[in-house]
Amino acid sequence: MKIRAQFAMVFNLDKCIGCHTCSVTCKNVWSNRKGIEYAWFNNVESKPGIGYPKNWENQEKWKGGWEKVNGKLELKAGGKVKKIVQIFANPNMPEIDDYYEPFTYDYARLHNAPLSEAAPTARPVSQITGEKMDKITWGPNWEDDLAGEFAARSQDANFANMQKEMYKQFENTFHLYLPRICNHCINPACVASCPSGAMYKREEDGIVLADQDRCRGWRMCISGCPYKKVFFNWESSKAEKCIGCYPRVESGLPTVCSESCVGRIRYNGIVLYDADKLLDAASTDNEQDLYKAHLDLFVDPYDPAIIAQALKDGVPQSWIDAAQKSPIYKMAVEWKIAFPLHPEFRTLPMIWYVPPLSPVQSQIDQKNLPTESDGVIPKAEAMRLPVQYLANLLTAGKTEYITTALNRLLAMRSYMRSIHVEGTPDLGPLNRAGITEQIAKDMYRYLAIANYEDRFVVPTAHEEIRLDDYHGFQGQNGFTFGADVSKGHGTFALFPERRTQSPEPREPAPLARPRD
Amino acid sequence: MNTINFFFGVYPYIALSVFVIGSWIRYDNEQYTWKTDSSQLLSKQNMWIASNLFHVGILSIFAGHFAGLVLPHGLWIALGVSDLQHQWIAIVAGSVFGTMCLIGGAILWLRRMFNPRVRAAGRRMDAFILSWLMLTLVAGLSTLPVSIGHANHGDPGVMLALSGWVQSVLTLQPKPELLTAVEPVFRFHMVLGMTVFLLFPFTRLVHILTAPLSYVGRAYQIVRSKRRIKATASA
Repeated sequence: MKIRAQFAMVFNLDKCIGCHTCSVTCKNVWSNRKGIEYAWFNNVESKPGIGYPKNWENQEKWKGGWEKVNGKLELKAGGKVKKIVQIFANPNMPEIDDYYEPFTYDYARLHNAPLSEAAPTARPVSQITGEKMDKITWGPNWEDDLAGEFAARSQDANFANMQKEMYKQFENTFHLYLPRICNHCINPACVASCPSGAMYKREEDGIVLADQDRCRGWRMCISGCPYKKVFFNWESSKAEKCIGCYPRVESGLPTVCSESCVGRIRYNGIVLYDADKLLDAASTDNEQDLYKAHLDLFVDPYDPAIIAQALKDGVPQSWIDAAQKSPIYKMAVEWKIAFPLHPEFRTLPMIWYVPPLSPVQSQIDQKNLPTESDGVIPKAEAMRLPVQYLANLLTAGKTEYITTALNRLLAMRSYMRSIHVEGTPDLGPLNRAGITEQIAKDMYRYLAIANYEDRFVVPTAHEEIRLDDYHGFQGQNGFTFGADVSKGHGTFALFPERRTQSPEPREPAPLARPRD
Repeated sequence: MNTINFFFGVYPYIALSVFVIGSWIRYDNEQYTWKTDSSQLLSKQNMWIASNLFHVGILSIFAGHFAGLVLPHGLWIALGVSDLQHQWIAIVAGSVFGTMCLIGGAILWLRRMFNPRVRAAGRRMDAFILSWLMLTLVAGLSTLPVSIGHANHGDPGVMLALSGWVQSVLTLQPKPELLTAVEPVFRFHMVLGMTVFLLFPFTRLVHILTAPLSYVGRAYQIVRSKRRIKATASA
């Protein structure tokens, strides 16, 4: 047994309102540089839909993640030799148009246009070529709130094994938001795909990073990641990805997407797992058993034997304490209401999702749908969102787990309603859903109230395990005479490079009130 | 010093020194700039055929030059390859891989020059070095008719002079006089080729030196530990 700590998250989809605050804060902090304008380390998709980049879930097309070949776990795009053979042109590489052509607008035109009959327009400008674009035909969130016709949306891979034509009808339309970031997988396919060894997983917290100095731009990680969450910076020709906000996490802060989430849907915490078992878990034969195998990888942070082993393997006591208070462990392991996104990709992703409820309230009010004994809270099977769709998203198609989770979420509501509305606790729904009164109360506290200190249990990093003098770097970060933060082209370079900013309209907009 | 003495007695050493020392300095100081500069994200069209033809072609040509010119003459004789056979192998292999490289390179060159996205994202040096390689390649291919003419007359003399010169340079006893009798097209190709070495450290070509062959023997997963850094530092 080898115990490792993993920084993990849960997104409670039931409360996501699709406001994109997470995406915008993330972009402003990490990815508004030239070359990755098009890259959203965090994006929120409207499902059903083909997503960003287009059809990312369809691994028959992109060959991301892992598969079982003759009983052995292998990268879906092929083994190491095949990767080397394909290195001159990666056949599975997405093109920029699979994401979208990054654009801005010629805003200065609105100020500078000569007097005319018609109002001036700010035309779109490509951020790659700097040329005017005739028409924007795709964007980072083109399908927002089910925009577009059903035919396009129905290409969503999660419609597999479903009679999707049914959902074309307006009355049967369903919709959920799916915020996505790098999953900081336990068995990352991007790391395994990287020929230069630039991608790596951190031992202390499991955050997956791309070493910018080691990366040579062989672009195998881009196609290797089944979630398409490693991006190719076309300006620097390097792989860039969500860094799990590690500078914040090391300081004990939640990630910026989690902190800024207005719906309080994001939970940050530590889980302990047995690293010796990860290959067996990822190699589980039946893909519908992968979720269970993944769950079995996690170890009980209260078990004295586990604690002893964790300390022996170098997990600090403060991290074990955090693992015991972890909201992730509670939701994923104790309550079993959170699930990994597409476990069938076999990467053992560590961003888990609480499936959303979708009561059809008008039908309930008209007594057309089965409900709990209170006559108000509906049953899991009678939701607008088809359970099969959620199962295709979260449990490789196995609906039982999703139904159980939804029933627990509903039972908690029914129970709390009985307390707050009827005045007498009704334990019936809890018993039927198989949870105790205490769990229901805890679920209410974590899911409904969602206090900051319950959502975010992030222990600070232990820099003293890295450096004897951990004040050694004090006051030095970002300032150097060496090349460790070099862009490779200073003003003094023998071969000066061109501008590094994104093309923006060169002309500054005039001040509102000209100064004299 | 006449031009032949300079270009074939001195210039090879300038080119090789800049190649070695320049690459070394860049590797040590500018790891971030050491990369393939792939533009496949921006335009994938024809990339599979063009990039594979170009890379397989150019790597095979390099290997061919190495085998034919750098490996000692005695080795080929010992292997039972006569000089004339040697020359015919070089002509056939050179034509095949040269044509592959030419077709692939031409597509890449057109893409680099005329695809608006690739052009906008590329640096001037990218266009320059690709053009230079193509020019060198075309010069190299235009030596073929001359070589075929020699071979048809059963005369491997020029080939022996060329490999003799390469080995004289590499053993630090340059004999530029070996090349006085050689047709100018060979000398033109050689100056262009030596200049590729001279330009090498200042271009994206450096990615060749870090071809990730070690990946084949590597474990899939990589975990980096902070503890290991400290252990190495204090050891």
